[in-house]
Amino acid sequence: MFVSYKWLQEYVDLSGISPVELAEKITKSGIEVEGVEKKSEGIKGVVIGHVLEKVKHPEADKLNICQVDLGQETPVQIICGAPNVDKGQKVAVATVGAVLPGNFKIKKAKLRGEESNGMICSLQELGIEPKVVAKDYSSGIFVFPSEAEAGQDALSLLGLDDAILELGLTPNRADAMSMLGVAYEVGAILGREVKWPEISEHSSSEEASGYISVKVDAKEDNPLYVAKVIKDVKIGPSPLWMQTLLMNSGIRPHNNIVDITNYVLLEYGQPLHAFDYNKIGSKEILVRRASEGEKIVTLDEAERTLKADHLVITNGTDPIALAGVMGGANSEVDTDTTTVLLESAYFTGGVIRKASKDHGLRSEASSRYEKGVDPNRVRQAAERAADLMAQYAGGTVLNGSVTADALQIEPAVVSITLEKINRVLGTHLQMDQVQSIFKRLQFTVDVSGDEITVTVPTRRGDITIEEDLIEEVARLFGYDNLPLTLPVAETGPGGLTSYQLKRRKVRSFLEGAGLYQAVTYSLTTNEKANQYALETADTIRLAMPMSEERSTLRLSITPQLLEILKYNIARQNDSIAIYETGSVFLKNGEHELPVEKEHLAGALTGLWHSQLWQGEKKPVDFYVAKGVLEGLFSVLGISEAVSYHPAAIPGMHPGRTAEIKLNGEAVGFVGQIHPKVQKDMDLKETFVFELSLQSVLKVHVEPISYTSIPRFPSITRDIALVVDRETAAGQIYSVITEAGGKLLKEVSVFDLYEGERMEQGKKSIAFSLKYLDPERTLTDEEVTKAHNKVLKTVEEKTGAALRA
Amino acid sequence: MKERLQELQAEALQKVEEASSLKGLNDIRVSYLGKKGPITEVLRGMGKLSAEERPVIGALANEVREAIAEQIEAKQVQLEEAAIAEKLAAETIDVTLPGSPVRTGSKHPLTKVVEEIEDLFISMGYAVAEGPEVEKDYYNFEALNLPKGHPARDMQDSFYITEDILLRTHTSPVQARTMEKHQGKGPVKIICPGKVYRRDNDDATHSHQFMQIEGLVVDENIRMSDLKGTLDVFAKKMFGEDREIRLRPSFFPFTEPSVEMDISCKVCGGKGCSVCKGTGWIEILGAGMVHPNVLEMAGFDSKKYSGFAFGMGPERIAMLKYGVDDIRHFYTNDIRFLKQFSKHEE
Ligand SMILES: [Zn+2]
Repeated sequence: MFVSYKWLQEYVDLSGISPVELAEKITKSGIEVEGVEKKSEGIKGVVIGHVLEKVKHPEADKLNICQVDLGQETPVQIICGAPNVDKGQKVAVATVGAVLPGNFKIKKAKLRGEESNGMICSLQELGIEPKVVAKDYSSGIFVFPSEAEAGQDALSLLGLDDAILELGLTPNRADAMSMLGVAYEVGAILGREVKWPEISEHSSSEEASGYISVKVDAKEDNPLYVAKVIKDVKIGPSPLWMQTLLMNSGIRPHNNIVDITNYVLLEYGQPLHAFDYNKIGSKEILVRRASEGEKIVTLDEAERTLKADHLVITNGTDPIALAGVMGGANSEVDTDTTTVLLESAYFTGGVIRKASKDHGLRSEASSRYEKGVDPNRVRQAAERAADLMAQYAGGTVLNGSVTADALQIEPAVVSITLEKINRVLGTHLQMDQVQSIFKRLQFTVDVSGDEITVTVPTRRGDITIEEDLIEEVARLFGYDNLPLTLPVAETGPGGLTSYQLKRRKVRSFLEGAGLYQAVTYSLTTNEKANQYALETADTIRLAMPMSEERSTLRLSITPQLLEILKYNIARQNDSIAIYETGSVFLKNGEHELPVEKEHLAGALTGLWHSQLWQGEKKPVDFYVAKGVLEGLFSVLGISEAVSYHPAAIPGMHPGRTAEIKLNGEAVGFVGQIHPKVQKDMDLKETFVFELSLQSVLKVHVEPISYTSIPRFPSITRDIALVVDRETAAGQIYSVITEAGGKLLKEVSVFDLYEGERMEQGKKSIAFSLKYLDPERTLTDEEVTKAHNKVLKTVEEKTGAALRA
Repeated sequence: MKERLQELQAEALQKVEEASSLKGLNDIRVSYLGKKGPITEVLRGMGKLSAEERPVIGALANEVREAIAEQIEAKQVQLEEAAIAEKLAAETIDVTLPGSPVRTGSKHPLTKVVEEIEDLFISMGYAVAEGPEVEKDYYNFEALNLPKGHPARDMQDSFYITEDILLRTHTSPVQARTMEKHQGKGPVKIICPGKVYRRDNDDATHSHQFMQIEGLVVDENIRMSDLKGTLDVFAKKMFGEDREIRLRPSFFPFTEPSVEMDISCKVCGGKGCSVCKGTGWIEILGAGMVHPNVLEMAGFDSKKYSGFAFGMGPERIAMLKYGVDDIRHFYTNDIRFLKQFSKHEE
């Protein structure tokens, strides 16, 4: 909502308060003023000129040579290219030395040999937005009414020197969608009176009821309809002051009748519509729900197909307006209009909102109806507009209004105690302070003991309960005056849950290990949504996605991390290690929430470690990725429960991918991205992992319990085994560990050889076994006995041969 | 003989002095002090001496021996030290070459901000509550005093999956769910961080997915001054002790009264600059007293209980705190962006 400072002064005394001060006060007490703009800022030297003469430029078809009176002794010559410039016009002239928006300086010039001392301006050239410039002047200069005097300040005449306050209205403050509403707000802040416009009485020889009858079928949607008839109007431009106020409020001027309806809409917040009476085609107004598939061509010349939950104004049979949203083209006021049927109605929000949404039409009218208009202003606004039509369109207002009235107007009455106000706010207000606040708001107050009963004016439909009254008191008392306290309530210790703590642990481990945390979007393409998913489930698609790119909820994080690698690699960021923790979404029943699972995923590419001047260069490989996970599982205390199994996963390298099992249950994978995917995405060798974080974190971990450091020496024996290439080290490891019994404390791989010196299809793998008894020194014989058992079992179970 | 011994001593000391290697020194030791050395030889000839002279020469010979041995000892230490020094000199490296890099990673800046806020409120006794990102219309809107058809639903145009299920548009449903779990019994004191989604085209200041962090306190006798005091503590800890806060009236369907909180602009100290758009204030969060309808719908007696709630956007806070100029950076994950947030902050 744009509020003209000059216009507001007509309704409330603003003396002593500058626009900026006013904005500050309004912001602090209730409505955010998002900006204060003076359009004339940065413009100077624009005056009214009287075009005394116009001749065609001899050298240029489209240019005219004008002699223009600027209110000085001699007229000046100005070359003008506007198609509509003409002798006798009063126009805006940027004189030599003038500055126009964008710091455009006007200088003396020669155009095709003819001297030009200034520029005749269009409104756009003066910084007015094209969308509010009247259609007549949209592609030419603006012509002022003949009363304008040569030499007068044109900016002031156009209201460009007015300060415009832009209010950011929250949906509850529909009352401030009118000048009068803003006046009440400002009146309450400043403690000043609100002045209403004066409306003259009109009488005529004819009754409006002789011209029209009004019937409302849909009384729920339209409890009050007021029609007035104004005869003998002469269509023409509205007065310049009205046009400038409309433009400053963001509305394009059309003609006197339409402008008056818009002017009163801004003034009262009550939408009005003017029909050309003679085009209605009957003497009847019938308001009803549209029938399904019924059609109307609206003022914007669009044909609209209606539904049964849209409300229409009809002539008894055919729609002539989409109620509360936009008039019909068939009954539009035009230059030939002589009799106007003026509509002022109360439509309920829901039905207007539906139509506005279905047709993508948000008008000044619909936005007000949606939020609720003041039922007490419906008749007043009609009288005000009719009066203005008499004044500015020469019309005759016929006697009376024709109405269909089923509206119950009951102001809200809300009671509250002073104690409650102070209890909720934490204040020590006195009754007279509270009473004075309500009086400033012009609410009727009745005090009985500690209780205050407030009768709320209908313009403030947002106030219905005690808390609303508390807010009014708080904002006008001033939040700056509220004391600072802290809750005194006794509460538990708060803090993080064990899951949340563990998740933080996971993050800090990974960060310590050199991975950066990424955050990506949950919405992706349908295709990507279930790539690399740990579980199969149907994807979940938005009912109305904004784009295919963000249409479906993800089932995995890996595809997003690959996108990040792709983005970075394209920018020469070659070595990357990232991870993300976040939700994935598995479809459940049709009417049930999806199952949300928190996943952990990581992606690594490029060099893991390098110190080039020392010749060290360690690229990321499978074992780097696996090592990160092993470290993580160790920190989480679940290493023992985790196992790795070769796995075939779509999109992954078939020979370099492991499924990860936790206590035998699959919880994720680690491996290399399939070279084909790598090529398709322009990646380098890339290693990823993805885990169900929930599964990993839900494993209960025993508390730390110290085991004494062994006081006795350990004995280490190495073995080198020759096995089939396919035999997994993990399998041999398990066999050794199991066979080694209690004394075997540690098994580690220290060599792997698969080269030429081996028999075809074989490999050599060497383990180091550490034996220890914490209670005593082991003898050689004991170790040998245990070790021989290991060797024997390994040979039996894996077909391994001891390497010479 | 006496002269001979003195001659030998002078000669040996001279050679020791000139020795330049440990081996040379050892040769001197052997040649003078060894069993075949000249001193031993002199002593062998003592038989020719008189009984009076013998002990005198014997003593002298021992003195000479000791003097030479002492000198050799001293020289040996000297030569050994020189040898070590030489070895060390040969081992000198360029200490200005770069060291072996240790890998580091770091939290995403949004997580940094969220955890900082979490920890701040945890220290004031809050628990951290989380909830689903895909929500029922009931928890996202209706339980928060936003019935179907409410105009304020426009403020947060949403991604629906079915008529009743949508991507949550704020973290407030977590508040509704938590209150419901408390079954009408206070106190509730939680902070709820999480991802939320709205129908916005992604640009420098909008993102269809963003983070939110909300707080809720419900108990008997919770006052609006408690909200102001809590926010004041938050603002000072988060943005600096010298910051002022200001509450402005606002509107949220789930709170009444509703306010927005601004903090004084750090850049200009309140005088007005481009960061604060000339106002001297920067908008940080929305807050208010929990609407009685919200309390009642979650099973709390609004006559007995009151509460306050507040909510803010970690993206906005991170942008202000770190000077990030485009919200899309948080979701693009350019490694050069992520690497800038690893440093510890005071
Ligand atoms: Zn500033």
